[in-house]
Amino acid sequence: MKSKSEKEAKKARKAREKKASAFHFSRRNLCIPYWVFLILFVIIPVIIVIFYAFTDENGYFSFAALVNFFTTWSKINVLIVSLFIALQTTIICLLIGYPLAYFLANKKFNKNTVLITLFIAPMWINFVLRTGATRDLLTWMGINGGNFPYLATMIGMVYNYLPFVILPLYTTMLNLDHSQIEAASDLGANPFQVFTRNIIPQTMPGIGSAFLMTFMPSMSSYVISDTLSEGKITLFGNYIYLDFTNNAWNDGSFMALIMLVLVGLSMLLTRNRNNDKQERGGSGLW
Amino acid sequence: MVKKILAQCYIWLILLLMYLPILVLIAFSFTTATNVGEWTGFSFDLYTALFKDEEIMRALGNTVLIALISATVSTLLGTTGAIGAYYHKRRVRRTIEMVTQIQMVNAEIVIALSLTVMFVFLGTYIFKANIFSFWTLLIGHVTLSLPFVYTSVKPKLEQMDPSLYEAAIDLGATPRRALTRVVVPEIMPGILSGFLLAITLSLDDFIVTAFTRGSGLLSGEQTIETLSTLVQAKIKKGPIPTEMRALTTIIFLIVIVVVILVTIYQRQRDKKTRKPGLSRGAS
Repeated sequence: MKSKSEKEAKKARKAREKKASAFHFSRRNLCIPYWVFLILFVIIPVIIVIFYAFTDENGYFSFAALVNFFTTWSKINVLIVSLFIALQTTIICLLIGYPLAYFLANKKFNKNTVLITLFIAPMWINFVLRTGATRDLLTWMGINGGNFPYLATMIGMVYNYLPFVILPLYTTMLNLDHSQIEAASDLGANPFQVFTRNIIPQTMPGIGSAFLMTFMPSMSSYVISDTLSEGKITLFGNYIYLDFTNNAWNDGSFMALIMLVLVGLSMLLTRNRNNDKQERGGSGLW
Repeated sequence: MVKKILAQCYIWLILLLMYLPILVLIAFSFTTATNVGEWTGFSFDLYTALFKDEEIMRALGNTVLIALISATVSTLLGTTGAIGAYYHKRRVRRTIEMVTQIQMVNAEIVIALSLTVMFVFLGTYIFKANIFSFWTLLIGHVTLSLPFVYTSVKPKLEQMDPSLYEAAIDLGATPRRALTRVVVPEIMPGILSGFLLAITLSLDDFIVTAFTRGSGLLSGEQTIETLSTLVQAKIKKGPIPTEMRALTTIIFLIVIVVVILVTIYQRQRDKKTRKPGLSRGAS
């Protein structure tokens, strides 16, 4: 009896030791759950999307979606319209937001730091509700989706993405080296030259992240174009959503894949400029 | 001086334009007309109607619940992930960071569709059933906000004095204790901002919710409706439901109160640390 219990105790101790060594606490291992989550819900889904994009409904390998995309005018049209609207949104937002961020960050013009918070605050009101409010106001003013689908969509886009442009620009403007600007004007540069040769290059990281935060999201947005144009303007987001409601997984996956390629391209474009130092608005939000 | 006045005018003009739709909605929350722009007399009827509207209240409850749960999960995962990656080999850290960055820039609809396609795939080939539920919705929201938590914690780790951890170990703390008592308090601002960011993303989200939701939470057997999906379904058919105007007013007031509190907190902290011109938010 005794030997048996001793044996058991020994066994238990061994098991405990083994368990302890297997779960030996290491700071590095803390990233395992995060990494597993990324693999399970980011990497594997993308692989499945690629799989669906190049198969047909029966699961056989096919280029149907690819051929279909490049031969159907309406799909190419969706791509062109999305790119166009996204580019326009980004440019208008930058044109409005750039001077705004400059004024907000410059002590000569503004000492009130609450203002920047006020510009971000609308983001805390539900996005769909805000879009609906814009639509109702525009309808009241006579600019409804029936008459001016394009104008209404653009207003909604700019209205929604402006904070995303102001924020990264503002954070880079705060770190603007003013002695450099003064030196440039002392050395004989006119205000225009100072702006194009000094201020713009200095704020390039901010412009890069503003671009990233506006271009891709506006291209793939669904609610804004659907609500404000009353379904008259189809962007990438609307198209994929339609595929989703029709359970057209192969077609939807291919469209998503194109979107993913564009995301990758735009990241590469801005990456060089940002020197790996991603100053995303996300981290500067709070 | 003239320049300053012009700059201020510009700032306030854009601010006014940005708030205009919400302000109009708020103004018309005190009248019961169906459309914005019609005034049928002042009343608080919409506010009482709002709290009696079960559909809206349920959606609101769902929204808050999913936001809190998903933000908690992604804060835990993201913080431990950032700490682990920070102490890991360069190559591992680089890989993790690359995936995180891609996910941050990735379009919401691509995230939503890829998850949905995977759930459909799992449902047809492995579980042989519809697996869309509260859990798929939770996964969707966590996937959405996780990279943002990671990126708000990471800079705090980099700013931290690395000798703090070593000092704790030298003074006899176990690695686990050193981490929870020294490292975590140091990076707390980053963790908090990550949590708040995760909540914001979850509250605002429409696409991921619409794609990955199933039945559960307060909706019981029915498909989960959050505020976003409910409002979207309503505004597809007509103007914003009248009760929602009252809701907007309440949300707006909460936001304004939060802004005021944050400002007061910042002012006080600036006074304490005596860093003039510290105006970068609470980070």
